[in-house]
Amino acid sequence: MIPIKTKEMLLIQRSAEKTKPNYRKWKDRLFQASLWGAMSVCAVLTFSLIVYVAIKAVPNINLDFLLGQPSYIEDTIGILPAILNTLYLLLGTLLFVVPLGVGAAIYLNEYCKSARLVSLIEYTSDILSGIPSIVYGLVGMLFFCQFFNLQTSILAGALTLVIMNIPTIMKTTRESLKTVPNSYREGARALGAGKWKTIHTVVLKSCTSGMITGILLTVGRILGESAALLFTAGFAQVLNPIYEGMFSSGASLSVAMYVFAKERGEFDVAFGIAGILLILTLIISVAAQILEARTKER
Amino acid sequence: MKTIKNKTIEQIASWIFFAIGMITILCVLVITLYLISSGLPAIQKIGLKEFLFSSTWNSTGSDPKFGILPFILTSLYGTLGALLLAVPVGIGCALYLSKFAPPALKRCLLMGIQVLAGIPSVVFGLVGMVVLVPWIRSMFHLSDGACLLSAMIVLAIMILPSVVNVSLNALDAVPSEYEEASIALGATKLETVRKVSFPAARSGILASIILGTGRAIGEAMAVIMVSGNVANMPNMFQSVRFLTTAISSEMSYASGLQKEALFSIALVLFVFILLTNTILSKLMKEVQSNDSH
Repeated sequence: MIPIKTKEMLLIQRSAEKTKPNYRKWKDRLFQASLWGAMSVCAVLTFSLIVYVAIKAVPNINLDFLLGQPSYIEDTIGILPAILNTLYLLLGTLLFVVPLGVGAAIYLNEYCKSARLVSLIEYTSDILSGIPSIVYGLVGMLFFCQFFNLQTSILAGALTLVIMNIPTIMKTTRESLKTVPNSYREGARALGAGKWKTIHTVVLKSCTSGMITGILLTVGRILGESAALLFTAGFAQVLNPIYEGMFSSGASLSVAMYVFAKERGEFDVAFGIAGILLILTLIISVAAQILEARTKER
Repeated sequence: MKTIKNKTIEQIASWIFFAIGMITILCVLVITLYLISSGLPAIQKIGLKEFLFSSTWNSTGSDPKFGILPFILTSLYGTLGALLLAVPVGIGCALYLSKFAPPALKRCLLMGIQVLAGIPSVVFGLVGMVVLVPWIRSMFHLSDGACLLSAMIVLAIMILPSVVNVSLNALDAVPSEYEEASIALGATKLETVRKVSFPAARSGILASIILGTGRAIGEAMAVIMVSGNVANMPNMFQSVRFLTTAISSEMSYASGLQKEALFSIALVLFVFILLTNTILSKLMKEVQSNDSH
């Protein structure tokens, strides 16, 4: 049966509404509207920035631009040297940072027994990931370029980036080491495998996704890094084969972009490079998200 | 025979992993030692009080002055301004995405924000140089738009992704039963968010703000492209220089005491970062212990 509202009830309700205007509801609406506003500001900023860079970049990217090299004499501009330098830098950094980061994660998760040492290592790795890249640039210059006498070279830049990125790889690898069930380890140990054998046969296979996520994040950071590289890897834009390239000064894409925009005022070239960096960033973040979705499914 | 070989391999492996495990501690030690040993001499020569609290920086004059107060204040104001702009928008956005947004919108926007987080800082600087600086110049009728305000806006956009991401994670982690119970008691969404969701996610949201602070203090390349880079005392509409940009703009040609003074600036910056980091790691511990309860 549907309850029928009597006249008196309606009157009481109305008078209640009249005497106490419903501020709560209005406040709530205002609040939700402002949240919506904040969200739209974020969305508009994000997407307009991406679209703006893309639109400015497209007319400048062509084969001559990608495969040429900058020359004052022939008055050409190209970014092939910067692309190659970036590749050398990536190779040089990953070669060192992956074993170090993964190894440190394994030590933390599998070997280290003392909780105090674990928290000390975690604390220092947090400090490392918080240090501004310009400070890394200075220390890298003092340590690798001067103390180890590597001069201003891509190798010195790469080694600086190694220190910067150890925490990233360590963190993601450790996260996925934590998800490996203990029963796997116990099973392997029960079959007579030692700790190291257990790790490289059973544990490592189950945590590749974390390692790959870490590598993707690191690649993204290396592509975007500029302040730490200015004084360690320098800003020469000369075409070099890999071995000589490693030991001579060279600008990565980001550094080259900075030089073109700030020092030479060539905004078209800078936007071309920005477009390429944007595409690479997009690829990396999509790959990372697919990977994350996959691990969650498992 | 084989077991002996295996045992030695195991032993060597454990040594190697121990050595690798110490690497972060070693790196922090080396960095700290290098910064202190190369940053202290200039402070001793100039005098700590003079260095930190005098307001003229004229490193190349015939009577060089090394006062970094303008840089410190600019870095503080710039970071504060960026936080004032980014934190309300970022947390508002995170709240909307966590509590109100349809899943498709959430996924889409999160993807965009992830890309924003990955964009190199020089690209932000470039867009700031080409779009923001001329706009501010004509908007406020300035002779040059490269000023503290431009730097604040660029920094705000740069720290927005970390504010949104970290506070969103914290808000998503609040058990929905808490909020449902509050709604069932007749509270509006505003009251629920204020009295239930926010307190529960408090440390995560604070962590996002401090993470943003660290990012903003440490950013160099984007800032150098939009802030004009003159060693003035901070002023919204004047060309300014940050701690980070002071280092990067003079390092390439500096020598002698000037170079040492730049290392001292790096030391000051390092101390700032250590402070924010210590607070951050304390907060993160709190978050983790909240999660495990």
